[in-house]
Amino acid sequence: MTDLETFRKETRAWLEANCPAEMREPVKSEEDGCWGGRNWVFKSPAQKQWLEVMAAKGWTVPDWPKEYGGGGLTAEETKVLRTEMAKLGCRVPLQSFGIWMLGPALLKFGTEEQKKHYLPQIARGEIRWCQGYSEPGSGSDLVSLQTYGEDKGDHWVVNGQKIWTSYADKADWIFCLVRTNKEDKYRGISFLLFDMTSPGVTTKPIKLISGASPFCETFFDNVKVPKHQIVGELNRGWDVAKYLLGHEREMISGGGLGEGMASIGAAFKDMAEQEPVLRAQMALFDVETMVFRAHSERFMDEWKTGKAHPAYSNLMKYIGTELNKKRHELVMSAGGSDALEWESERGRKGARPRTWLRTKANSIEGGTSEVMLNVVAKRILEMPGA
Amino acid sequence: MGMNHTDDQVMLKDTVAPFLAENAPVKHLRSLRDANDQTGFARDLWKQFAEMGFTGILVPEAEGGLGLGHVEAGIVLEEIGRNLTPSPFLTTAVAAVEALKSAGAHLRGEWFPKILSGDAIIGIAVDEGAKHRPAATALVAERAGNGFKLSGKKQFVVHGHVADMLIVSARTAGAPGDEQGITLFAVPRDAAGVTTEADRLVDSQLAARVTLDGVEVTADAVIGDVDGGWASLTRLLDAGRIGAAAEMVGVGGGAMDMTFGYLKQRKQFGQLIGEFQALQHRAAHLYGEMEGARSIVLKAQHLLDDGDPRAELFVAAAKAKSGLACNLAVREGVQMHGGIGMTDEYDIGLYMKRDRALAEFFGDTNFHADRVARMNGY
Repeated sequence: MTDLETFRKETRAWLEANCPAEMREPVKSEEDGCWGGRNWVFKSPAQKQWLEVMAAKGWTVPDWPKEYGGGGLTAEETKVLRTEMAKLGCRVPLQSFGIWMLGPALLKFGTEEQKKHYLPQIARGEIRWCQGYSEPGSGSDLVSLQTYGEDKGDHWVVNGQKIWTSYADKADWIFCLVRTNKEDKYRGISFLLFDMTSPGVTTKPIKLISGASPFCETFFDNVKVPKHQIVGELNRGWDVAKYLLGHEREMISGGGLGEGMASIGAAFKDMAEQEPVLRAQMALFDVETMVFRAHSERFMDEWKTGKAHPAYSNLMKYIGTELNKKRHELVMSAGGSDALEWESERGRKGARPRTWLRTKANSIEGGTSEVMLNVVAKRILEMPGA
Repeated sequence: MGMNHTDDQVMLKDTVAPFLAENAPVKHLRSLRDANDQTGFARDLWKQFAEMGFTGILVPEAEGGLGLGHVEAGIVLEEIGRNLTPSPFLTTAVAAVEALKSAGAHLRGEWFPKILSGDAIIGIAVDEGAKHRPAATALVAERAGNGFKLSGKKQFVVHGHVADMLIVSARTAGAPGDEQGITLFAVPRDAAGVTTEADRLVDSQLAARVTLDGVEVTADAVIGDVDGGWASLTRLLDAGRIGAAAEMVGVGGGAMDMTFGYLKQRKQFGQLIGEFQALQHRAAHLYGEMEGARSIVLKAQHLLDDGDPRAELFVAAAKAKSGLACNLAVREGVQMHGGIGMTDEYDIGLYMKRDRALAEFFGDTNFHADRVARMNGY
């Protein structure tokens, strides 16, 4: 037996012994998972237990180095772990912008001190992070951002406004793009970390078409940020941001990789069999689902071995989000008038229509589909023009 | 490695790609077509394929072949597609070889050496109507003495008119529509009662309508099990389907690259047309579709090579998706080339024609999407 096969066997046995039954049920919504943080209230004892045993093994972040709270697994071992978790239906123990976004950026750009300080907290789910990127006047054209950090010697004083800050009202810390030089558009932005309880930080949830408020407006009024809380070099935060956006795109494109990958026709068999045209659409959709899964697998294999184009995650983000939106259009079609109910217990308080509406943001957040296509055309296909 | 190519696979690609680009580029297809060639491919090129070992890719090592898999066969087919090379590779070295793997020692001993040396062409005689419906096989094989007597008609038998042997699906029990009751036969084309009529198709290749009128074969001609030939037929068809899908990745990829090249050189309104965002977005979308097709084809090839039970499902999805993506590539190709794309002189139209033929080969997107639905239980 190869080492990897031994690892697979041991991992499977460990998961079977340690993953509580409740944590093998699919999450019902984004909010249903475990997000951690100072103020986190566990939804069940099982959720707490699952986070603790996984964090103790370093498996909330299996491929991070052990000294920063990770599992120290190789790419192959990480893939085995994820595959075995998927087979048993194990939930991700911790959902976290710290893991998906900030962590990879810190691993690449952080100082040793920053890595030792922040990464283990992220791995254990102790600090919940939010991302301060977009501003009211800077959406797709993010680099035009104006939130300003004035140099005051050993700290900056930050003033401005962010928007679409995911869960800012629930987060403990923020990683934030702040202009530190007004003369240079690209090389005038710094990547700062600060505590959301700092004086001068306020948040205001934004009510969305789904009725939920996962995003906030975030205001900074003379917020003091110590100089050692910068990641990367002064005025070079755009490099960090771009790197991190790559990871965000990977995450959003992979968002459908769990439950969203099952056959949609099998889930709505009766409807499919009664309506040939719907069935045909579902059949073609199933094909696309399998394609995306194979595409993601190939991309990850090529990414890990350095063979993927650095801008490839933009393509995956475009395809994955458009596919997820299509899926929920079909779910709504299959559901008919039942799927219109917004409040009833029968309709799980409108879970279907609310999720359908939520998916419309997939192709806007983290870079719109149109921006993704621009990037693919210019950077991968090397189309001419500015 | 996962879905990365191994070093050996990269080496194979680095051998095949320049060989075909040099010896059988698109103008090779044109020259055959313009000379009104009646064979359908160049026999000397086929001999070279054999000498380079390509025809033995799927033949087991113990029987003189390379004992490789569908990933490797797909590497060759993608380059065949990219160059629009007329070749019996898909039917003879892929579909027929996979079918013969379920045959007895007698048939294997007769045909594997001839395939390896490039001396045999094998036609796949499955379709009986305009659309691919293998279960609908009606061509009858009646027991006669120690053997069988075959009567009926087949069509879309690529290179069937010059084939040395035809692999024929026939009904030995049950009724058309039943998977049970089908038997596969190896029928020499020169057997008494076999007639072929070759037609040039839209993509310039030659395919035959075949009539079998009381053709007598011995029991040795049976491939796989009598009445239970569906398993061998599926093996043949899945090899052919994933092969056709790989070829379409090449056809679509070739059309796409040609089109992107054109966007970077054609000027209108005083600028390169590739600067227009309307075209950039369509180009990027097309690229994503082709990359998806490439991925699912590779995944299905791996599953087939691993003997994974999910292979049939993934092959169906791969043939369906490569059909969609390649078709988009040739349609966008002709449209983005504008007027010149409609001319015979320019190659993009030849890609469109080849896509059309490959789309039908061993079942189109609709057929395979329907199979995906059935295998998923609806």
